[in-house]
Amino acid sequence: MSASVPALEIINLKKFFGGLPATQDVNLQVMPGERRLIIGPNGAGKTTLFNQITGDFLPTSGQIKLFGTDITRLKPHERAHMGLSRTYQIITLFAKDTLVHNVTLGLLGLSPARWNLFKPLGHYQEMEVEARRVLGLVGLGSMADRLVSEIAYGQKRRVEIAMAMAQKPKLLLLDEPLAGLSAEERTTIKELIAAIPKETTLVMIEHDMDTALDLAETVTLLHYGKVIVDGQRDAVIADEKTREVYLGH
Amino acid sequence: MKRISGFLFLALLCVFPLFAGDFYINLVSQILIAAIFAMSLNLLVGYGGLTSLGHASFLGFAAYASAWSTTHMGLGVGTSAVISVLATMVMAGLFGMIALRATGLGFLMITLALSQVLWGLAYRWVAVTNGDNGMSGLARPSPFGISLDSGANYYWFTLVVFVIAYWLMAIFVASAFGSALRGTRDQARRMSALGHDVWMIRWITFIYAGFWGAVSGLLYVYYTKYIHPSSLSITASAEGLLSVIAGGSGTLGGPVVGAALLIILKNYASAYVERWNMLLGFVFLFIVLVLPEGIVPGLKRIFSRRQGGQS
Repeated sequence: MSASVPALEIINLKKFFGGLPATQDVNLQVMPGERRLIIGPNGAGKTTLFNQITGDFLPTSGQIKLFGTDITRLKPHERAHMGLSRTYQIITLFAKDTLVHNVTLGLLGLSPARWNLFKPLGHYQEMEVEARRVLGLVGLGSMADRLVSEIAYGQKRRVEIAMAMAQKPKLLLLDEPLAGLSAEERTTIKELIAAIPKETTLVMIEHDMDTALDLAETVTLLHYGKVIVDGQRDAVIADEKTREVYLGH
Repeated sequence: MKRISGFLFLALLCVFPLFAGDFYINLVSQILIAAIFAMSLNLLVGYGGLTSLGHASFLGFAAYASAWSTTHMGLGVGTSAVISVLATMVMAGLFGMIALRATGLGFLMITLALSQVLWGLAYRWVAVTNGDNGMSGLARPSPFGISLDSGANYYWFTLVVFVIAYWLMAIFVASAFGSALRGTRDQARRMSALGHDVWMIRWITFIYAGFWGAVSGLLYVYYTKYIHPSSLSITASAEGLLSVIAGGSGTLGGPVVGAALLIILKNYASAYVERWNMLLGFVFLFIVLVLPEGIVPGLKRIFSRRQGGQS
């Protein structure tokens, strides 16, 4: 694959909820290996944009391309098989299951074993081994057999990231990975995100500018569903419109 | 310990006809049939989170298909059994395509509507179903030349099918696919983001549940040697759902216990109380109030709490 094909390309994307525009003519290019931060005030359409990239919502018009392939009309699970993975702003885990089972379900989603009606999940030991390894990477190795409902909020955030990382995605969407965390936990998660290999392209929504800006190379500012400023991190921060819309000074 | 008590119970079931009277043999046969029916519904309700109020469609359709193909087409009981089960699975495939456009209440209403269509057909399409008179004079199969006409022989036959059904459904829910199915119950959106085809998982489960529903339908029609539209009624579907919920949905043993309770109440209470449905209602109300998660998980909880208190 040539380096000139964007990992993610969004062309003239529009989304209306009834008469309400949530995404207005969004054009976006994220190159392979890039770390992109998407910022914008509440209601700017950041998560709506993510939901269209993952296929949870279909856009009203426009196009989404993943590594040059048009995925605009594909189902969410088909996009996952093309190397797209995401985390959720609101924790979306399997609360009654163990951590290792949660991560294993992520691995199972991309494995042909998911259609096996006879062999138990425990038969696929390589998946469990891998799930434990990834949980170890996010510092939860010793808690792998605990139930998700028993662990702390900050740890759940790490399980969210472990689930996505286990899939070795080509493009990873992180929706406010730092939301609701203490300063100390933020540092932990920040280090985790910084350690994600460059084979994975990152697009991240985050409000905590102090932490998130360190992780980003490029920044996109959304406002009322429109791209206001888009470019290199320092240029976007220095831009007058960014200060006006977002930073407020 | 659990395994040993399971085998002891199974051994008891095997020798049961040697010391029990015909009434009790037939009672347990009915329970085993109702248990297969409830277990198949539980695949949808308990493991898939898809509450169906039309599961009697599969039982009734397979029973009618078997009755019609043996009496009208002159097929042997064995051939007709295979055809009936396959036809029911095709129907489940079609019903699933319609019903799985929705989940939750929408799914429940569509399954109810579809089963009501079948019920109406069974009543009105007299040329095929003999309408309100039902179809009688049906025969039981005789596998390997063994006649199943005696109560005890039919009981053993039913027991063998029940054990196979329980075993295969236990394998199904423990399988990798079964894990994915439970995932779609708990977090459908997350599952599709992880690469699981949620619709296909549900559709396959719907057909698999239809398969076991059809098997219970065959056992039922062989047992009664008669089939009436009431087997397709909403009451028949609701009784299955009650068994699942009362016994404990999402557990293997729950629907079996629920079905046993239902059949015992039906047989005993109806002999003494005219309004036995009301008694049934009270019993289930009591269960929901005292053991809201169902008998099997509820007793487990109470038992483990007591053990925890002692140690």
